[in-house]
Amino acid sequence: MKNYFKYIAILALGVVSCEPELDNPIEDGNVYSNGEADFSNYVALGNSLTAGYADGSLYITGQENSYPNILASKFALTQETMDFTQPLVNDNVGGLLLGGNQIAEPRFVLAGESLATARPARYNGTPTTEVSNKLSGPFGNMGVPGAKSYHLLAPGYGSVAGVATGAANPYFARFASSETTTVLADAIAQNPTFFTLWIGNNDVLSYATSGGVGVYQENVTDFTQYGPNDITDANAFAFVYNSLVSQLAGESGLGAEGVLINIPNVTDIPFFNVVPVNPIPLDAATAGALNAQFGAYNTQILPGLVQAGLLTEAEANSRKITFAESSQNFVTLVDEDLTDISGVLQQPPFSLDAQTAGLLGQLRQATPSDLIPLTSASFIGTTVNNNPMLVNGVSVPLSDQHVLTASEQALVAQVTAQYNGAIASIAQNYSLGLVDANSLLATIGADGGTLYDGVPVSSAFVTGGAFSLDGVHLTPRGYAVIANEIVNEINATYSADVPGVDVGSYGTVTINNNVQ
Amino acid sequence: MKRLFLLGLFVMATAVNYAGGYRVSLQGQRGLAMGHTGVAVVNNAELAFFNPAGLVFLEDKINAAVGVSAVFSDVVWQNEEYGQMARTDSPVGTPFYAYFSYKLSEKFSVGLAAYTPYGSSVEWEKDWAGSHLVNDIELAAIYVQALASYKITDNLAVGGGPIYVSGSVNFNRNLNRTLTDLEGNRTNVTVDASGVSAFGWSAGAMWSPIDSLNIGVNYRSEIIVKAEDGDADFQNVPNSPLTAFPDTTFDAELPLPAELTIGASYQLNDKWLFAFDYNRTFWGVYESLDVDFAAPGTPDSFNPREYEDSSIYRFGLQYTANDMFTLRAGYYFDESPVQSGYFAPETPRNDSNNFTGGLSVNITDSVAIDVSFLYSKFKEIDESYDYYQENGQNVPFEGTYKSSAFVPGLGVTIKI
Repeated sequence: MKNYFKYIAILALGVVSCEPELDNPIEDGNVYSNGEADFSNYVALGNSLTAGYADGSLYITGQENSYPNILASKFALTQETMDFTQPLVNDNVGGLLLGGNQIAEPRFVLAGESLATARPARYNGTPTTEVSNKLSGPFGNMGVPGAKSYHLLAPGYGSVAGVATGAANPYFARFASSETTTVLADAIAQNPTFFTLWIGNNDVLSYATSGGVGVYQENVTDFTQYGPNDITDANAFAFVYNSLVSQLAGESGLGAEGVLINIPNVTDIPFFNVVPVNPIPLDAATAGALNAQFGAYNTQILPGLVQAGLLTEAEANSRKITFAESSQNFVTLVDEDLTDISGVLQQPPFSLDAQTAGLLGQLRQATPSDLIPLTSASFIGTTVNNNPMLVNGVSVPLSDQHVLTASEQALVAQVTAQYNGAIASIAQNYSLGLVDANSLLATIGADGGTLYDGVPVSSAFVTGGAFSLDGVHLTPRGYAVIANEIVNEINATYSADVPGVDVGSYGTVTINNNVQ
Repeated sequence: MKRLFLLGLFVMATAVNYAGGYRVSLQGQRGLAMGHTGVAVVNNAELAFFNPAGLVFLEDKINAAVGVSAVFSDVVWQNEEYGQMARTDSPVGTPFYAYFSYKLSEKFSVGLAAYTPYGSSVEWEKDWAGSHLVNDIELAAIYVQALASYKITDNLAVGGGPIYVSGSVNFNRNLNRTLTDLEGNRTNVTVDASGVSAFGWSAGAMWSPIDSLNIGVNYRSEIIVKAEDGDADFQNVPNSPLTAFPDTTFDAELPLPAELTIGASYQLNDKWLFAFDYNRTFWGVYESLDVDFAAPGTPDSFNPREYEDSSIYRFGLQYTANDMFTLRAGYYFDESPVQSGYFAPETPRNDSNNFTGGLSVNITDSVAIDVSFLYSKFKEIDESYDYYQENGQNVPFEGTYKSSAFVPGLGVTIKI
């Protein structure tokens, strides 16, 4: 009798270890392959897009869904890899403190009482990520929000002391290995076997998002002369980019394998596609009053200047200001590419006062070719000193920062194309993978976007799924799309078999009504 | 016997459906050890479940059988396209039975039965890739039945009785694939209802044309368990009227399908008994799992299931070694009611081959210990659930599944 119980006990024990096993389990590591690539030590270099920045902020769940983190989890299925580390911030509020003072704002969340009225707003929380609270690395994700190409080579870019003076970057200061190190040096010190590099976006983007306030530093190779919103010279960019890649992938460098990711067109991001150029509603009376106000300018001053040979007929036409009883009047703006006529107007025969002449000096009305930055949405239509006669965008023209004009766009597009040309030839020279993020985001920007397993992903603001609430950076789903594209490129370039990314299982925007 | 077995293999090979559902065939250690046959086996009080008509054929005046099983059942899933995998860590299920019969006269017996023919206990890793379909589910139904068995002639009896069911369900899943609160915690809902009662019946007949042969038929009615005003508890809901999911109540229905069994047993000699049962489970009634939330703003949940009626083929044999020991073995093929494209991970069962064994030890003339084990062998299967919707789009959830189950059981038979 006793014996039978013993056998039962043995049988029962056998059961506990009797877990179902698949014929070809992916945990055994035989399903996927790293091909000719070696992912054992992966380091990602780049800017905010690499860091997982989203919703105008860096926060933990954003970092967890960064494309390098997604990639690293896939790499780990193909071979033995080192744990991928990220310089995680302290909370999901976002924002930064320096010496206890807030220097970066909390994240945007989608707030509102209904879907129709929901708008992005800053989350009402207190940042707790202190920049001077140094993290000890090394970190596989070396993405530094705000970094331009040449910043990756700049000593002292991670100096805590330099943050206050603007000489250093607070995000890099959190985890730089020393006050004097560079981003690239900290990456190379890890001796990566595989890298991704997505840098150069900010070299054109900060000019664009500032409405073209900066200048194109053509042929200027001394980066210390660059302002924060300037465009990096295309040749200087190519030189810097080549220097980065040669140290990572070159024969005299680490000889690592990797993937380069090129620069999307800034006009493909919702930041420039949300605020219409004609958002001004006017009733008949107001439109009439405004037209009367600009009547002499349209019918006498402009033709007079053409007659005097000071303006071409075409420019004069482009400078006419007309309003109508409509909800879709175009904004007025100061366009620094127009001939400045403020001096002429103060002289006979016009003899206008200095203020009026100044107003009309480079005035025109926006056209469908102009773009308004998302950040100007809250400014247009406000009044100056509560004076109902002084309405920004109507009677008071918008300044440069509120409009990315067609000529500014053309400059950005031209430089972006030059950057991408450089990136493509460098990728070829070093036999690296190249991900065309430029066409990828252009496709997503097209009508209806792209389907991923039945889930549409488009660049429509808030609802499209690809872009976060700052209109510039991606959502987890957007980063998953990038990661998936990088996987495809790796598989093609290195004959690898890295599993794809389940785009639809990554989230989009975060909803919350606790806002500032 | 060999021919019968080959026939079984043939039937198995031609079966195209997938198997299982939430039927748990563990209603008697003696029956289970013989492939869960019993509709035509006169053995002990387990007849209260298998075929109440046979109770009157039991020799002793008082018969009782109680038992419990320990269900070790797990599932592994993976999706090769995305490199995802998950494994259940399901709690050990403990279905039980207790049967009692009393012979009032040579022609008439009465009885009482309590058993748990339906249930499910599946626990996936929290927030796994299929968490929008299920994180975990615990389903239980206790049947309590009063029985009567009447001998019409010396070799023909009928029996049956009303069934009272007390059911409970606890089910948790994430609201969709992506919704989280600010901290990234997935928004999920737990629906919980217990003490849900319902009624049904079962009836059977047993005929013994010659002494060595028994033929039986038994039918247990369909019972729809209707949960009303159960608790729906929404967790990690974003702080916004756009995601208004207040804790509320819910109504839902779950069918416990009808089952028809026919079978035969043949006593070859003093030592050997063979048994064959055929089950038809009328799963077709399970078309959709719909959860109706009381809060007006909370969208109801519709989950098509489209199960189809399915069959189980059972074979058992018993060898009476001596006065003390009786050995048993069996096999059954269990066809899944789940159709391709409706393979939901809450009951991820495909067709299974099941091997059983066990023995009884007569401790005294009136008390025996019954031991059984069941091993369910499932083939690996590539399947999907195609009817989950997001924004009006069907988003299939697919992958490779493999299940296993091992069930040791222990019982006591008393006859006085």
